[in-house]
Amino acid sequence: MIVETGHYALVLALALALVNSVVPVWGSVARDQRLMAVAPPVALIGFGLVAYAYFALTMAHVVSDFSLVNVVENSHSAKPLIYKITGVWGNHEGSMLLWVLVLSLFAAAVALFSRSMPEDMRANVLAVQSWIAAAFILFILLTSNPFARLAGAPVEGNDLNPLLQDPGLAIHPPLLYLGYVGLSITYSFAAAALISGRIDAVFARFVRPWTLIAWISLTLGIAMGSYWAYYTLGWGGFWFWDPVENASLMPWLAATALLHCTAVMEKREALKIWTIFLAILAFSLSLVGTFLVRSGVLTSVHAFASDPTRGVFILLILVIFIGGSFALFALRAGGLQQGGLFAPVSREGAIVLNNLLLTTCCATVFTGTLYPLALEAVTGEKISVGPPFFNLTFVPLFIPLFILMPFGQLLPWKRGDLAGVAQRLAVAFGAGLVFMAVLAAWRGGPAVSVILSGVAVYVILGSFVDLVRRLFGGGVSADMVSQRARGLPRHAFGTAFAHAGLGITLLGLAATGWGAEKITALKPGEAVEIGPYELTFESVVPRNGPNYSELAGRTVIRSKGAVVTTIDPATRFYPTRRMNRSEAGIATLGLGQVYMSIADVAANGAVNARIFWKPLVALIWIGALIMAFGGCLSLSDLSFRIGIARRARKAQAPRPQPAE
Amino acid sequence: MNLKIFARGAVMTCLLLLAPLAARAVQPDEIMPDPRLETRARALSAQLRCMVCQNESIDESHADLARDLRVLVRERLQAGDSDDQIRTFLVRRYGDFILLKPPFKLETWLLWGAPFLILLTGGCIILVARRRQMSLLSANNLSEAEHAKLEAMLGEDEP
Repeated sequence: MIVETGHYALVLALALALVNSVVPVWGSVARDQRLMAVAPPVALIGFGLVAYAYFALTMAHVVSDFSLVNVVENSHSAKPLIYKITGVWGNHEGSMLLWVLVLSLFAAAVALFSRSMPEDMRANVLAVQSWIAAAFILFILLTSNPFARLAGAPVEGNDLNPLLQDPGLAIHPPLLYLGYVGLSITYSFAAAALISGRIDAVFARFVRPWTLIAWISLTLGIAMGSYWAYYTLGWGGFWFWDPVENASLMPWLAATALLHCTAVMEKREALKIWTIFLAILAFSLSLVGTFLVRSGVLTSVHAFASDPTRGVFILLILVIFIGGSFALFALRAGGLQQGGLFAPVSREGAIVLNNLLLTTCCATVFTGTLYPLALEAVTGEKISVGPPFFNLTFVPLFIPLFILMPFGQLLPWKRGDLAGVAQRLAVAFGAGLVFMAVLAAWRGGPAVSVILSGVAVYVILGSFVDLVRRLFGGGVSADMVSQRARGLPRHAFGTAFAHAGLGITLLGLAATGWGAEKITALKPGEAVEIGPYELTFESVVPRNGPNYSELAGRTVIRSKGAVVTTIDPATRFYPTRRMNRSEAGIATLGLGQVYMSIADVAANGAVNARIFWKPLVALIWIGALIMAFGGCLSLSDLSFRIGIARRARKAQAPRPQPAE
Repeated sequence: MNLKIFARGAVMTCLLLLAPLAARAVQPDEIMPDPRLETRARALSAQLRCMVCQNESIDESHADLARDLRVLVRERLQAGDSDDQIRTFLVRRYGDFILLKPPFKLETWLLWGAPFLILLTGGCIILVARRRQMSLLSANNLSEAEHAKLEAMLGEDEP
């Protein structure tokens, strides 16, 4: 029964989305306050209905209601509760429902937290958001209904893909969706601004926190996904330039560019066209990602052609939303007044360069991902575009960005002095060079790793040069420093941390060059050396989990004879799906990791083992966490300023120019 | 998107269902006694696609076909073939599809050229936009003195 009410709630949500698609826009055109005032409550109720539908589906999974196709195909009564809940988004239908849930969550958030926004702007934003919601709810109801029942319910379900039965899956998709779908808000803002024709600093100020939220979530989501792949897939890789990964990287690149662009637009009213363009682009890439992953076009062009219902539907949504917004953009962009002049050497100039490079990176990933599909569709010829292509094109484009980052932070608005900035960065630059030289002399190793490590050190130190100068400039007392720290806007700290985080990730990536790998057969009691450690494989222990059985290879890690820790790499067998999955044994020692996976357990207890020593590998994900932390710092600042704007308006006082 | 989860999951499901106890990526018994040859074998394998997988190299794939190809590469290396000879041999047998790094030719120049073309186009757009803005500004016909005054006023809201 609860399933039917959930289904019904989703249909009602569609009806409300349709109402909100029309009424507020009408209101803003007719300048009717009452019609515009419809948007926020309807958005809130819409969110409530979708949330209820989602809850209903979750309940069906939790109680193992095997009369639902979705539950039968993706659940099992013996599955642990946590995976019953996360399994809801571990399949196509459920994940689309989560997509729509996040979409309506953002609409509700705008309805609640943007009271200070001009009324017509809010009405239009919520209307555009409802267009997207209506399209996707319709998609769910017509092609991917998670509430479909079975005539005869089986006794047991098929269980969830074992690869997905993992805590990583619990966090990764919702975070990524917050990012992907969070960009829908910037899209809606851009579309609303184009419709009303008002594109100014107010627009940038309101769009900035939402972009930040999406960017933070995307950063964390991508990092989480990469860590999940790292420890689940069992061969120690963390980024594969897989089309599905690229689908998440492209919106991240566009969102990063947008983030910088909105800063310029808010402060200087410059780069309006760029900002709008990027806002549309970022969400368009999210839609493209959705299409790539959901249509099956990636598996093969032919698989897509043989069951095209879903694919064609999403393609249609894609064409309407991307095509429509860019058409509107082309129509309006010409009439935009470009404000805020700046010299080529200035913070604006640096951000233009940042945007150029990031968009080129993004376009390169886009081309690399879609070229094989396009070529096969046009000529029938099959080619592969793999990691070697991306490493050769993407990396050279990204290196200048790293060099540029600290410059951008130090250059003043409007006009800057390149030599002066370079002088201030000399320490960071010198430290990078020294680090490189020391590494080359002491450690050796691949040249790329040495160079990238030097760049990383330069970026990390360079990120804080501005802060240090502003806090400690002129040799002051501790009191003065803390006073200055309180006086500095929090986004200055945010920028420093986010940039440094990227540098830290780069250091982790560079350090992969010093890793070691051993592939070997191990008999019980046998020892093997890897990096600075010695591993002794003791024995295979059979164990039973709730819905799997596993063989765990107890292994002791020693450093100079002393026991450091033990790891239990395992190979699991899930009987329902008759699938094996390896569970890597990972020990984090300092910032490096010993990583071991086993397979093919022989009768005498010998295993085939793959063992890695990965120095500094943890930095890759720690860097991402620091980036997200920087984003949160900036966000706390921005939301505070939105509050100021509201109070200032109440006092009928013009809001003072934000001091940089 | 649950991202790579689904794509990879789906492929793995197929593979593992076909062969419930399938082989894994490079196994100890495949490794060549000569470490120099083995290093070359690993480097080569990382650039060759497992034909039945989704964007996985034969070096990291669990599929049986990938194992066969890994063994094949090592046999050719043992026989004294150069890396290029092995690649040519495999392309003749399986087509360009097997190369993870697409060859530069008529069908792929747009792929390889894309980053440069985009960078160039973007750069040109920025330059043109800037020049137009500058010419608009000079059309305002401000004198040198007025320019200086304007600069000073613009500079005032700077902290």
